[in-house]
Amino acid sequence: MWFLRINMKDRTHQLTEVPEKYKKLAGRSLTSNLIADEVPPLAHPLGPNNKLVFSPGFVTGTSAPSSSRISVGGKSPLTGGIKESNAGTPWAWKLGRMRIKALIVEGQPEDKGEFWGLVIGLDKETGQPTLEWFDATEFTGQDAYDVYPMVFKKFEGRRVSVCGIGMASEHAYGNAGVIFEDMSQNPSRFAGRGGLGSVMGSKGLKFILLDDAGAPGVEIADKELFDEGRKKLAAALNEHAITKPKGGLNTYGTAVLVNILNEAGGLPTRNFSRGRFENAAKIAGEAIFDGVKERLGEERYNHACSPGCIIRCSNTWYRKDKSEHVSCVEYESDWAFGANLEIDDLDTISELVKLCNGYGLDTIETGVTLGVAMEAGVLPFGDGEAAIEMVHKMGKGEPIGRILGSGTGTAGKILGVVRTPAVKGQGMPAYEPRAVKGIGITYATSTMGADHTAGYTIAPEILAVMDDLDPLSKEGKIALSRAFQATTAFIDTSGHCLFIAFAILDIASGYQGMIDEVNGVLGTKWTADDILELGTEVLRVERKFNEAAGIGKQADRIPEFMHTEPLPPHNVVFEIDEETLDKVYGEL
Amino acid sequence: MRVRVKLFATLGMYAPGGESAKPFVMEVDQGTRLNALLDKLDIPEESVRVKFVNGRARKWDYVLEPDDEVGLFPPIGGG
Ligand code: SF4
Repeated sequence: MWFLRINMKDRTHQLTEVPEKYKKLAGRSLTSNLIADEVPPLAHPLGPNNKLVFSPGFVTGTSAPSSSRISVGGKSPLTGGIKESNAGTPWAWKLGRMRIKALIVEGQPEDKGEFWGLVIGLDKETGQPTLEWFDATEFTGQDAYDVYPMVFKKFEGRRVSVCGIGMASEHAYGNAGVIFEDMSQNPSRFAGRGGLGSVMGSKGLKFILLDDAGAPGVEIADKELFDEGRKKLAAALNEHAITKPKGGLNTYGTAVLVNILNEAGGLPTRNFSRGRFENAAKIAGEAIFDGVKERLGEERYNHACSPGCIIRCSNTWYRKDKSEHVSCVEYESDWAFGANLEIDDLDTISELVKLCNGYGLDTIETGVTLGVAMEAGVLPFGDGEAAIEMVHKMGKGEPIGRILGSGTGTAGKILGVVRTPAVKGQGMPAYEPRAVKGIGITYATSTMGADHTAGYTIAPEILAVMDDLDPLSKEGKIALSRAFQATTAFIDTSGHCLFIAFAILDIASGYQGMIDEVNGVLGTKWTADDILELGTEVLRVERKFNEAAGIGKQADRIPEFMHTEPLPPHNVVFEIDEETLDKVYGEL
Repeated sequence: MRVRVKLFATLGMYAPGGESAKPFVMEVDQGTRLNALLDKLDIPEESVRVKFVNGRARKWDYVLEPDDEVGLFPPIGGG
């Protein structure tokens, strides 16, 4: 297993064995520990002292189901704190199979405006990673949907995977994702949140290509145990109604959540001013499934974003002429451009998703920022055409576009909007804290800023997965959010997609299967308690970094308007006080 | 008395028009419990995971009131 360090000051590199200290870490636990150990907390996120770390999870690259995930870590230009953002992509699978445990990008060129492409392959004889550089300047200033095919063409005949950045990152926005390819070589799988694309851009790195020819695959210490675990997990995923083939996610995609959040009065609408959108059904996962069926004349089930996924939740939207419009219209994106902006047309929403992918913008941050801009009167609510035009302005770097590209918190400040739904500067995802208290606690306290994936209490609060809790009650939610945040930190370390949680929280043998897989790969004997402790330790490390970066508990707060403005239809506020919120990390 | 019902995702096939998320009205007796709707609509109990009445998740023994808005969901997830 390798640590590969790239210094972008002079494009030199250093290849080492994995230091002892990091041997039992991977994915998020590794990216966060490396950032905490090596990046000065007060470093400028876009300066030479920040680093960008890529790490596949423990089982990424193996035959473990739904595990082709890559963690990307750095200090975030959006939140100013530590960041881990992850994506499912063939690129992750390849990095795992090439036995590169961490790819660490450091330094930056003296010449601003230099952009490089890097191809990492393997030496046939020694099996060691090799590096080739190419000038990527010609690929800048263009839509990723145009650029990706050119890059694949350039390396025709080689089995490359592409990680890259778009124009948003070239403009150094707080809203800029790292773009990975999906199974059809589209630039559509994002480590989207927190502006890590701009960290990559600040280093003059436009692409990292992986050529895994001759890759040895992941080393597995105890093959028998690993196989046992893999089978248990696969059985749980194949059995559970949400994750099984032709189950909820495979049929309707993640946007199946639109209707249930709307029923619960927790679907943020019109920039978080209501909990219900009257036209929710028109943009829901069911409407996507039915709309595709109508346009294509046949039912379409969803596909995998990356190798080896059983759940296969990624949908595709088609135009009236049956041509492919975009993949994938996720719940978050659908909501951000839909209910949040009062847009009820799937063609418009899909176009907005596609533009974000093409420009390298995070769909959540973009939609939430547009909501704030609409609140400020920069453009009208419900105006799809104006929204499309505004995203072009963001991508092209026009002055108003640059303001919006700075992210929800900053844009809200510049535009003077009190109702700015952000924590630590990061725009809130598709669940209303006032109507779903547990997720509000996660948004407030997560080391990542407002992030639903950091502790997805929606499962027991809304979906009756694992438990059946009242979303409007704050009872027991501090402990719930803390436990979910720690478990998530481990899942993000294992290399699995977070969506396995639906099955393994309900089916105990599936949970054990995940642990067995990891023990099989590492040769460890970790128990459920051990992995929870590992997850908790990741949170401690992240928290410590944030505090040293000046982001302490005063930043663990929900915006004031949510404490004072009652949210229809339940007419509730977020009533959890500061002292209570502080218990999440205070008692970690 | 009348209640308004919506069936979501795969449960849509049990709705009068076979459509998901489309509201329809049902006539029920006073004192009817939520689970009585299952029989009337021919829905197997185990295919329903979350049951809303007026935006609040309820248990099967919830006693319906006039003009209640019911929403039933199969197991679903996303993120
Ligand atoms: S469940 Fe969906 S997001 Fe997760 S790995 Fe599979 S296809 Fe990708």
